[in-house]
Amino acid sequence: MMIQVFGIPIQALLGQLLIGLINGSFYAILSLGLAIIFGLLNIINFAHGAQYMLGAFFAWMSLTYLGVNYWVGLILVPLAVGAFGILMERLMLRRLYHLDHLYGLLLTFGLALILEGLFRQLYGVSGLSYPIPDIFQGGVNLGFMFLPYYRAWVIVASLSVCFATWYVIERTKLGSYLRAATENPELLQAFGVNVPLMVTLTFGYGVALAGFAGVLAAPIYQVTPVMGSNLIIVVFAVVVIGGMGSILGSIITGISLGLLEGLTKVFYPEASGVVVFVIMALVLLTRPAGLFGREK
Amino acid sequence: MRKKLFLSVFGIGLTLVMAVCGASAAGLSDGVLKVGVMTDMSGAYSDLSGPGSALAAQMAIEDYGGVVLGKKIELTSADHQNKADIAANKAREWFDAEKVDVIADLSTSSTALAVMEIANQKNKVTLISTGGSTKITNDNCIATNVHWTYDTYALAVGTGKAVVANGGDTWFFITADYAFGHSLEGDTADVVTASGGKVLGKVRAPFPNTDFSSFLLQAQASGAKIIGLANAGADTINAIKQAKEFGITENQTLAGLLIFITDINSLGLETAQGMNLTTGFYWDRDEESRAWSKRFQARHKSMPTMSQAGVYSSLMHYFKAVDKAGTDEAHAVMAAMKSMPINDMFAKNGYIRDDGRMIHDMYLVQVKKPSESKGPWDYYKVLRTIPGDEAYISPEKSTCKLLKK
Repeated sequence: MMIQVFGIPIQALLGQLLIGLINGSFYAILSLGLAIIFGLLNIINFAHGAQYMLGAFFAWMSLTYLGVNYWVGLILVPLAVGAFGILMERLMLRRLYHLDHLYGLLLTFGLALILEGLFRQLYGVSGLSYPIPDIFQGGVNLGFMFLPYYRAWVIVASLSVCFATWYVIERTKLGSYLRAATENPELLQAFGVNVPLMVTLTFGYGVALAGFAGVLAAPIYQVTPVMGSNLIIVVFAVVVIGGMGSILGSIITGISLGLLEGLTKVFYPEASGVVVFVIMALVLLTRPAGLFGREK
Repeated sequence: MRKKLFLSVFGIGLTLVMAVCGASAAGLSDGVLKVGVMTDMSGAYSDLSGPGSALAAQMAIEDYGGVVLGKKIELTSADHQNKADIAANKAREWFDAEKVDVIADLSTSSTALAVMEIANQKNKVTLISTGGSTKITNDNCIATNVHWTYDTYALAVGTGKAVVANGGDTWFFITADYAFGHSLEGDTADVVTASGGKVLGKVRAPFPNTDFSSFLLQAQASGAKIIGLANAGADTINAIKQAKEFGITENQTLAGLLIFITDINSLGLETAQGMNLTTGFYWDRDEESRAWSKRFQARHKSMPTMSQAGVYSSLMHYFKAVDKAGTDEAHAVMAAMKSMPINDMFAKNGYIRDDGRMIHDMYLVQVKKPSESKGPWDYYKVLRTIPGDEAYISPEKSTCKLLKK
């Protein structure tokens, strides 16, 4: 006899939880990038979705025009997207640091629209297909579901990057400089640390994370100009729930919300598009600083 | 003497005035025939309609010689952004201030219905190509509209019936959770049941949605032979792509209920192969459709979709009707359009019913394997030509008040 939980066979439930974990790893890596940028730089980077899209497009372009394979792309594309982020920070965002957060938000939102429009003009809206790398073709039957190898790789890759990032920021000397730079930049500068350079590189890293997620996503989602804007709103909700700027919070929240969304898709699929926002509203009502955030 | 001169001048003047009046009563009301293509220029449907539809209209005008009843044919186009209010405002502006006589395309059912209502008030013609709801020729039918290319009923009949006949008798639907998805699912479920098949279940996915893996697993668990995709555009593309990734297409078959050739092009044959779908036009059908489509492709980087081919065909027929009627008055032109059969690159022996439905053959096609395809855009095998009278709602079942039963 099949074991059932609330009328749903346990097999189906396990399958959905695993899928939730896969989606959760995407949320985690994207919200981590946003959290770093907000936590260390106080910028609400609305272009994060567009930078994720840029990662997927760069991967497709480098494969199609230059024959660069997936593995090389996975390293080079985030660097290229990160470099784009650095240019953005140096040329534009830097001028807004002395103003309210809102100005940075508006600037990055505008940039996101321009990038999307540009790629729509160049490639249309139907999107492009990036093939799954040969080594990840096929999958394994787990008994309760068929797990494509590539999806398993997505979990491994994004969780490793998330963990490494958390470790560097919270447990190393470099990380302590970064955290000090947010608390008291003048003091750190007085110790001889080049704070503006650190800020630029941190922003570049946050943007590179979006690019990395874009390359990871390219083989499973159609590469389209709007792929980022579909995702970014959910990711912002994840960051708000986790607590703006909390590194660990964004990772844990990203994964948990992926799981929760997965469960919603089994019990009441119509609500799966809004469940994250319902949680966000509840969290804002009870803990405005987010689950892992500190009240300022 | 003077009196005589006055009389003759008066006489000549009177004749001239009468001649001018006479011409305008029978010919074009404002000295120009103006075509408006209203479509989705930058959103989700811009690849399958959009700039390609405007080009199709441009080609129709050029191929007709740019002149009708001795007056120039002009083209204007606008982006309705798939919003009914924007479409309605633009239509009002076009009819009132810019002398537009006919509006073609209209990419969603909501924009189509909104513009039809205004065209009805202002006595102008609409030729709907991309919008697909059956409401257009049923509850909301008007006398001066033609629904040219397809509708959700024809898609359901084409794919639903044929798939059940080929042994695909158990279905599970993945449905986009909005009006269009529900209507497509409903129409198809009816056809499946009527043909002796069974619907095992359905799941309503939020719209828009990127990750379909969860819904696909539910479809897989249902054990249905056929997974019906009652969605469109990017949602369908992602669902198909992920169905292959999860190995679902090895044991179950996908039936895309609204798929355009640009979707197949963007998916690639490797992923899309084997799928059944219904279309109103395929570029590689015969010499005439090939010749036209290649001319289109030379100016637009892709082959025409059924929507774009429909825009061309509907406008060519409209121009002929204006010539035949000798006027651009909407009811006279509609009478002329209905009096002539449609034989062109799009349709063979097509005709327009009083509810505005253009009845023409539809095609049930299967997407080729990469090994069967001889080159770019060689994507479909035509499995069956569905006669127009079978593909579309019969006059008895139609709820349009204009149809005499």
